[in-house]
Amino acid sequence: MNQSQSAKKRSKNAILMTLLKGRTLIVLVILIIYFGIASPTFLTTSSILLIAKHVALYGILGIGMTYVIITGGIDLSVGAIVGLSGMIAGGLINEGLTLGMFGYTIYFNVPTIVIITIIFGALVGIINGWIITKFNVAPFIATLGMMYIARGFAMLRSQGATFSNITGQKGLGNTGIEFFGRSVGGIPVGAIILVIIAVIASILLKMTPFGWHILSIGGNQKAAKLSGVKVNRVKILVYMFSGICAAIVGIITASQLVAAHPASGSTWEMNAIAATVLGGTSMSGGVGTIGGTIIGAFVIGVINDGLVMCGVSEFWQMVIKGLVIILAVIIDQFQRGLQAKMALQSRNEN
Amino acid sequence: MDNIVKTKNNVCLHAECIDKIYPGTKALDNVSFDVLTGKVNVLIGENGAGKSTLMKIIAGIEQPSSGKIYMGDDLVSFKDTTEARKYGIGIIHQELSLFPNLNVYQNIFMANEKTKGKFTLDNKKHIELTNKVLKKLEYPLDANTLIGDLRVGQQQMIEIARNLIQDDLKILIMDEPTSSLSQQEVDVLFKLMRELTAQGISIVYISHRLEEILRIGDHVTILRDGKFVADADVKDIDVPWIVQQMVGKGKSYPKRERNIDWNKQKSVLQVKNLTLPKSGGGYLLDKVSFELKKGEILGIYGLMGAGRTEVFECIMGLRPEHTGTVVLDDKVITVRNISEQIDKGFAIIPEDRQREGIVQTMDIGKNISLSSLKNYVKGLFIDKKKENKSIDEQIKDIHIKVADRNLPILSLSGGNQQKVVIGKGILTNPKILLLDEPSRGIDIGAKTEVFDIINKYAERGLSIIVISSELKEIISIADRVMVLSNGIKTGEFMGDEIMEDSLVLASYNGHHKH
Repeated sequence: MNQSQSAKKRSKNAILMTLLKGRTLIVLVILIIYFGIASPTFLTTSSILLIAKHVALYGILGIGMTYVIITGGIDLSVGAIVGLSGMIAGGLINEGLTLGMFGYTIYFNVPTIVIITIIFGALVGIINGWIITKFNVAPFIATLGMMYIARGFAMLRSQGATFSNITGQKGLGNTGIEFFGRSVGGIPVGAIILVIIAVIASILLKMTPFGWHILSIGGNQKAAKLSGVKVNRVKILVYMFSGICAAIVGIITASQLVAAHPASGSTWEMNAIAATVLGGTSMSGGVGTIGGTIIGAFVIGVINDGLVMCGVSEFWQMVIKGLVIILAVIIDQFQRGLQAKMALQSRNEN
Repeated sequence: MDNIVKTKNNVCLHAECIDKIYPGTKALDNVSFDVLTGKVNVLIGENGAGKSTLMKIIAGIEQPSSGKIYMGDDLVSFKDTTEARKYGIGIIHQELSLFPNLNVYQNIFMANEKTKGKFTLDNKKHIELTNKVLKKLEYPLDANTLIGDLRVGQQQMIEIARNLIQDDLKILIMDEPTSSLSQQEVDVLFKLMRELTAQGISIVYISHRLEEILRIGDHVTILRDGKFVADADVKDIDVPWIVQQMVGKGKSYPKRERNIDWNKQKSVLQVKNLTLPKSGGGYLLDKVSFELKKGEILGIYGLMGAGRTEVFECIMGLRPEHTGTVVLDDKVITVRNISEQIDKGFAIIPEDRQREGIVQTMDIGKNISLSSLKNYVKGLFIDKKKENKSIDEQIKDIHIKVADRNLPILSLSGGNQQKVVIGKGILTNPKILLLDEPSRGIDIGAKTEVFDIINKYAERGLSIIVISSELKEIISIADRVMVLSNGIKTGEFMGDEIMEDSLVLASYNGHHKH
């Protein structure tokens, strides 16, 4: 094969590669255009804000999930943590913390409650990571167990009942949880939190040793260990981060509904995984970006809400969502094949 | 008249004008190749010369872009390995293709299962046949052992055993079967190869070890850059001739001359009574003691399973159950875990590059800086400029041939990947560098370069321990050689005492002592 032919082929491959890498974004744009035409209400401010509100929830969970999946693990407990942390926050507002032996009840202000809830989410994550690293339990199993445990406790907190109207009382100084469900300057607070967490997570992943250690563990755990990466510590921190993300989503959900429902967040871990995979994170670990996951979360959100606005039944929504996810992974495999081919090519040319 | 090319009598397979084109490159360019019946046909060439590709085509793993293959008078073409196997062609891969999650006999009979009736597996027969073939290999091993629990060398023997159970084997392709075998295992393998050829089986043999080729080969074919270069009968040629054909110029391993009085050198590391119990009784290491001086290269030689890698694992904190004293710079240290050991100034280059050395998903630069990231942190973040400067300096210092540090690591050849792993270790600025089989599976050119790197850093005062299975390598590189045998230190040689026969002798000595 002569030089120019080979160069031509290479540039063709490069174009194909760019298209493949941007595939989720392309899909997102196509979806938006389609729904914009199909449903006159889709491209209105109110529906865009509604979508943003929903996307924030999947997006934040997806960011935590991305870290976990890059290390080669999975976190099935995030949906249950959403429910449990909502119940903790809601309970602290409505009932306070009763110290039985003194017969005395403390009411915290909202910022303290938020911090307590987040610390709680972090602790659940640490326990996940500890079980996985210390006892060598497969992440799927450890977090599956935690999913049941956390959901069980969420139900136990109020015997399955909802904490409704969690607005707090002026006299107790614990009002204001609704803030996280509102909008600031027209933008939902949840979406703002999503952006903040995304930026932090993206910087951590790309610019700090911690981020590289995450990537190296997923790529080749043995090599990472022999290079001096503290594999267990990094893994525990990653599950902790996922737990924190889930707790934050729990607070936002409770705040949006002004109620804490013990079943909220059910199956959201699946949406988070779907967003992560759509965003190009490899289930076998080592590869993934936060930006990709955010786009993936938007695809999920747009499909969900767009189909609702078009009047498609909930059952068909599930089918369509499933097809999109499988298709995304098929394209992902194709991209990996092409990438390997291009690597081989440049190896042979050197 | 289209079938003019009749296969000659003594040729059992004839490949005619084979081309293999990959996107952007020609791996094989008009190569013709004969497999002589009942002979050991050796295929030589540097990495990337096309040996493995040619063998994959003959074994049905890959299909030629053009060209014909004849067996006897028949034109054949293999879509896959199953079809090639029908013609009696078996291959032992360079990369092991075993199932670590299954045991020895399951691996040997995978996709070739014996059954009682139609559906029930006949494991009794499996075990019986496995023991028979292992006995033939003089490699007694419990047929129920999990493959994942075996060392690389042992796994290689299983891979060989797997091919030997074929009844109608005509051609056996061996792609670097000895790269992780010890001398003893190689001897057994060679004996077996002679038995096979005596039965009329033809062997195609690929190896980087030239001395072996002269010992076992009958006919040699040399490839360079995907083209046929030369062929000859082994009796007519010698090593310098082969090397010349391969690289176009003469290359060998010169013995290093260093005029240092080691008695006056400062001791960097002392290991006393290093003992590692074996699960199920006995010892992997039994009271091994040694010393390492500043700037010295200590070689560790021994057969497979002699405990060489285990010495490194103990020192690096990967074997918490070990006992013994480690003295670093006159201070007794407690070995707790690997990251602490790296902080103390140890660095390890593992034996298995793909499984333990590189992170396949990361680019070249990140693979180099992975161990030393904390040196580039400014505040919370990695100082990219500082990091890239270090990476570039390291790339230059150890001559990694790379256009761009942002390319994927898998775009490098094996030799350059190995240099990346070495560079990663060196960037942590270690006092002691541990290299486990640093030249395994890389071509002669890259080997020489790896040795140059080792020498260069030793001259600069880095203390180095090298494990190698290749006698000639260890003799040319080491200032001192420690020989392990069956977990016991059976010899230590310095300067002119380092000779092939004394090392080999010592490497067998530990076997009657337990």
